[in-house]
Amino acid sequence: MEASKVIHAIYNDDDVLMHAVKEVRAAKHHIEEVYTPFPVHGLDKAMGLAPTRLAICAFLYGCVGITVATLMMNFIMIEDWPQDIGGKPSFSYLENLPAFVPIMFELTVFFAAHLMVITFYLRSKMWPFKQAENPDPRTTDDHFLMEIPVQGNEQDLHNLLVKTGAVEINVVDKAH
Amino acid sequence: MYTLSNRLKIVSLILIILGAIMWGTSYYSSHHVTTEDVKTMLAEEASHGGHGDTHATEDAHHGEEHATTSHENEAHADAGEHHGDEHAEHVMHQIHNRPWSALYVAAFFFMMISLGVLAFYAIQFAAQAGWSPLLFRVMEAITYYLLPGALIVLAIAVLAGDHIFVWMNPDMVNPESADYDKLVAGKSGWLNKTGFIIRALIFIGGWSLYRFFARKFSLAQDEAPEGDIRNFKKSFRIAAAFLVFYIYTESMMSWDWIMSVDPHWFSTLFGWYVFASMFVSGITVIALMTIYLKSKGLLPAVNDSHIHDLAKFMFGISIFWTYLWFSQFMLIWYSNIPEEVTYFVTRIEDYKLPFFGMVAMNFIFPLLLLMNSDYKRIPWFVVMAGIVILAGHYLDIFNMIMPATVGDRWFIGMPEIGAILLFAGLFLLLVFYALSKESLTAKGNPFVKESEHFHY
Repeated sequence: MEASKVIHAIYNDDDVLMHAVKEVRAAKHHIEEVYTPFPVHGLDKAMGLAPTRLAICAFLYGCVGITVATLMMNFIMIEDWPQDIGGKPSFSYLENLPAFVPIMFELTVFFAAHLMVITFYLRSKMWPFKQAENPDPRTTDDHFLMEIPVQGNEQDLHNLLVKTGAVEINVVDKAH
Repeated sequence: MYTLSNRLKIVSLILIILGAIMWGTSYYSSHHVTTEDVKTMLAEEASHGGHGDTHATEDAHHGEEHATTSHENEAHADAGEHHGDEHAEHVMHQIHNRPWSALYVAAFFFMMISLGVLAFYAIQFAAQAGWSPLLFRVMEAITYYLLPGALIVLAIAVLAGDHIFVWMNPDMVNPESADYDKLVAGKSGWLNKTGFIIRALIFIGGWSLYRFFARKFSLAQDEAPEGDIRNFKKSFRIAAAFLVFYIYTESMMSWDWIMSVDPHWFSTLFGWYVFASMFVSGITVIALMTIYLKSKGLLPAVNDSHIHDLAKFMFGISIFWTYLWFSQFMLIWYSNIPEEVTYFVTRIEDYKLPFFGMVAMNFIFPLLLLMNSDYKRIPWFVVMAGIVILAGHYLDIFNMIMPATVGDRWFIGMPEIGAILLFAGLFLLLVFYALSKESLTAKGNPFVKESEHFHY
């Protein structure tokens, strides 16, 4: 494993951070990661991150949910044992549909919500007993940290970051 | 500033005249139908098979229904037993009712759009919404139609009398008469013509009063010196008071103006259901008008986030409407109590396509079309969804009124389309006239800066 250097530039204001992100990107440096204590509105756009596809996943999971509900109740109530329960017509699924709608709705929401949350955890690699990855504990309280890999001219990058208003700049060796 | 173009004037006048002619001819031809004509017509239908057969079975069915539940209007009473004269007379009444109902449905539809917008407008003030002040003049223009529109609805209701509201027939509450109806007589404390008119005037008066002062304060705020928001505070207060008044009167209005066409039937969530319908139609019309005016370059500060917000409202309230529609339907279907369920039995038997078609148009279509947040920013997408939503909610009102007045003799033909054109023309003319009176931006509103920079 080759050790590579990264620069940690620390900011103490989200507006300054936003400007810094734009300037660093304008100077064609790659930003590896930004650590913030709270969501900074517009940061993903400034960093040029691709939009999330989580909503599309949720829609598809919802479709799965409504299918599960329909197949389940059609099998149980119509095909397997079509009993007369209080005069409800169990000859076909459509005829007794209104009685099934509450369950169809709830299962759609259940599948969409839970599977989307699980997808979120998997994609962002979050689980219990997971080793926390923050490079500086202050980033969970009141500091913002931008991580930029060093490729060659370290001094130039350092000057650029000072100019953007970084309060602290550290060069860190990072094992990959 | 918007100027009412000649082209728009001409288009609306053409719509009004064409609509009036179409409606007038169908009124004229249907009101000359006599029992004899109906008998010949029924005989012809019977000899053609098809329709005649369904009629015979339906009559048998109606007979059963009446034996147990004594439902529906007076002429219906013994349809099953005496097939001949009584049935012909019943059908003749339905034919006579049709132009009246068609006119009423269209008048109510356009009135409810502007009432829905008025409620939305008041909510924006009461909630101190920061995104919408740019659209206030558009909303104010749409609500300009409310006073004439509501008076027209009332006038049609009173003139049509028992062509639409069977309880307006004095025989129904007269114990001596053969048409005496005990259930209707029992409700005559509420359902009587004098009460109906007085209540309607109170509703219309209250709504118009709010509309008048809201517009006045909104315009006064524009002229106010910098930092003086007294008029805005007044708007806020009257909006809150109006919303309380509105939610009561809207509910009572829907009992009076819609639910009472079926005086044997009742439903507790009916008022909210009608509210959801008018609210979503109103928001849709705001969105359509905004998109139109923006495309003309008259609302330069309106951006696609405003359209996005309106489309979100269209989406959300469409689902809210469906929730109420289904709650009302499912509760009645599930318990299947004869006195309540006849309402849906007639609709499902005679109005299958409009009844279920409207659920597709008001729910499935906006659900799938407006779910994607990128689509909510594309004007033609919102326009397309909006047109379907408006047509769907016209059908909704159609489904509420028609089964009680024309039964299975319904069709969307000359009188219906004529009435829609007539009121569409009137609506366009009045709304765009109101729009041309004042500047299109409520510039004195303390939230208008925020609205200009609104982005989502």
